[in-house]
Amino acid sequence: MTAVATPQKPWAKRPSDRLREIALLLGAIIFSFVFVGATEMKGKLAYAFVFFAAYGVLTSTYAFISRGAPAAKDAFVSTLVSLGAVLTVVPMASILITVIQKGVPGLHLGLFTNDMSMATSTDPIATGGILHAITGTLTLVTLALVMSIPLGILTALYLTEIKGRFAGPIRFLVQAMSGVPSIVAGLFILSAVLYTITKEYSALMGSLALTILMIPTIARTSEEVLLLIPNDLREAGTALGGTQWRTVAMIVVPAARSGLMTAIILGIARIAGETAPLVLLTGGGDKVNPNPFSGAVGSLPYYIWRSFNAGSPEAMTRAWAGLLVLMVVVFILFIAARSLSNRKISK
Amino acid sequence: MSTSTVIPSPREISTEPRRSDKVFRGVVSAGGFSSLAILGLIAIFLAYRGFEVLKEEGLGFIINAEWTITQDESANVVESDFGLAAMLVGTILCALVAVVIAVPISVFSALYLNFYAPNWLKKILVAVIDMMAAFPSILFGIWGFLVLMPSVEYWGKLINKWLGWIPLFEVKPYFLSRSPFVAGVVLAIMIIPIVTSIAREIFAQAPLDRIQAAFALGATRWAMIKAVVIPHGRSGVVGGAMLGLGRAMGETVAVYTVLNIVFQINWHVLLGAGGNVASLIILKFGEANLYEIKGLMAAGLVLFLLTLAVNFLADFIVKRTGKSGR
Repeated sequence: MTAVATPQKPWAKRPSDRLREIALLLGAIIFSFVFVGATEMKGKLAYAFVFFAAYGVLTSTYAFISRGAPAAKDAFVSTLVSLGAVLTVVPMASILITVIQKGVPGLHLGLFTNDMSMATSTDPIATGGILHAITGTLTLVTLALVMSIPLGILTALYLTEIKGRFAGPIRFLVQAMSGVPSIVAGLFILSAVLYTITKEYSALMGSLALTILMIPTIARTSEEVLLLIPNDLREAGTALGGTQWRTVAMIVVPAARSGLMTAIILGIARIAGETAPLVLLTGGGDKVNPNPFSGAVGSLPYYIWRSFNAGSPEAMTRAWAGLLVLMVVVFILFIAARSLSNRKISK
Repeated sequence: MSTSTVIPSPREISTEPRRSDKVFRGVVSAGGFSSLAILGLIAIFLAYRGFEVLKEEGLGFIINAEWTITQDESANVVESDFGLAAMLVGTILCALVAVVIAVPISVFSALYLNFYAPNWLKKILVAVIDMMAAFPSILFGIWGFLVLMPSVEYWGKLINKWLGWIPLFEVKPYFLSRSPFVAGVVLAIMIIPIVTSIAREIFAQAPLDRIQAAFALGATRWAMIKAVVIPHGRSGVVGGAMLGLGRAMGETVAVYTVLNIVFQINWHVLLGAGGNVASLIILKFGEANLYEIKGLMAAGLVLFLLTLAVNFLADFIVKRTGKSGR
């Protein structure tokens, strides 16, 4: 007879451990129901809080009895830390559910083919639509992209390729720029461009303000991506006799292509829902405005803003429908950004 | 037979960059300095437009709480009194509430993501939190107004009932709705994703050898975190909190939808009267005449300088971590 050695996992959970975990969990759930029922607390959040408190106390008491004070602290902190994670995610879930619940009744066939020139936001839902808002947002984003992509990527190139004497201060300024409140960007364009030069609302004014908000996002993400490009590639380019210009244009930037796309998409996601500067600068027209350089232009955030402020039930439904569309847009952009950035750096 | 070989003249070797490189470096540097140019222009133009009001009001622009303007029939300004004190106090109050709520939650969830969550859950949660950071602020505003506000007002009542003896939580007269506390909670939910991802990145840089050494010495997970991760990441988290504070101070739409704006200095968190510089701008902009808009520009300048200062401090603190790293 030869004995076959079976691998042992002394750290693996035994059935009795699992049973104990389930028992503690059940105990905490039952306690939370009893406690909330007995006192004057109410609401789902009260259940959750009492549950976490009870679970923390139960597990740490058990750990204290079986393994002493350090284990008890450890068990309590694990509960606390998972409570933190839950509290971070719960608002997101609540937002998603609310927007879908309240936004879906506002969807109808004409939503994407009509504008609001023949309707006001308090009219029944079936009239009017958001065509003007969608085209307006597209115009704003496109114009902002035309201005912010070159500036953002050039800033990132300055920080990673040239590494000039001012790289540190510039990095700080980009950081500071990402903290500029959107309303201040709006006021700046208002005072510097709208009052002095054009003197009328237009999509261009809105997109100038959006550019200010977008540059830091693009610059910082691009910088991170460019830093990931191995230095070997740059040295290979130089060794082949390429000038720095040729090396950057032919090797570094193409290698970072998908990462730079991610940076741009994150930039779009940052500004797609920006409201405050558009309220100051675009005038929020109700018709599709084909001219981006003159005349009031609508946009999704402005549409939501105005409907929300109108306040009637129909207007609120419009606002939620607009929010649903906006959220779907941001969601799609975000998925695109992630799937691009997860791809390996192409050769 | 004679073969004529053409010997090319030797290439001149120099360290002088080619012309194409000079152009390239020039263009890129110019682009790099765009952020400096934009920030400078913002300060210059807002100061230029707001100068008249700033000169008129002097220090009172920061100290007074009134914001009134009177006009005669022909729309001439008879009397104007612009003061930001109430709005500044409100801005700071809301932002502080947000940071006090958001930072512990963010730190806990960052710890959870780095040291507790199983790998598959971590991937999902990171994606969800990054996505949440990209949500438009108007979404938080409207959701906060319709869904969150009733619950938060109820929490406010509870806090007032049990902790009302602390001056900060006093509510007199008894009016709890649309208070700075509500705005602070909405802002907290907005900045949690930002602070969480900063804290997560900083905690992830905690030196692995020390983590393993702590475990090898028999530390529990919490003991390891206390001994290795927290000393490593402390000031980085403070910097992240400052960034969150800056974001919370500059937020416009989300605060405007939930806050009851009153031109009176109010330090009581739960009382339904608050202020916010950014919300003031969007509130008054619609009906403002040219002179009042100048006042709003000056308010924008103050807000800009405030957020710039907070960001500067945050950057300073984060930089200091990078060097110490214990």
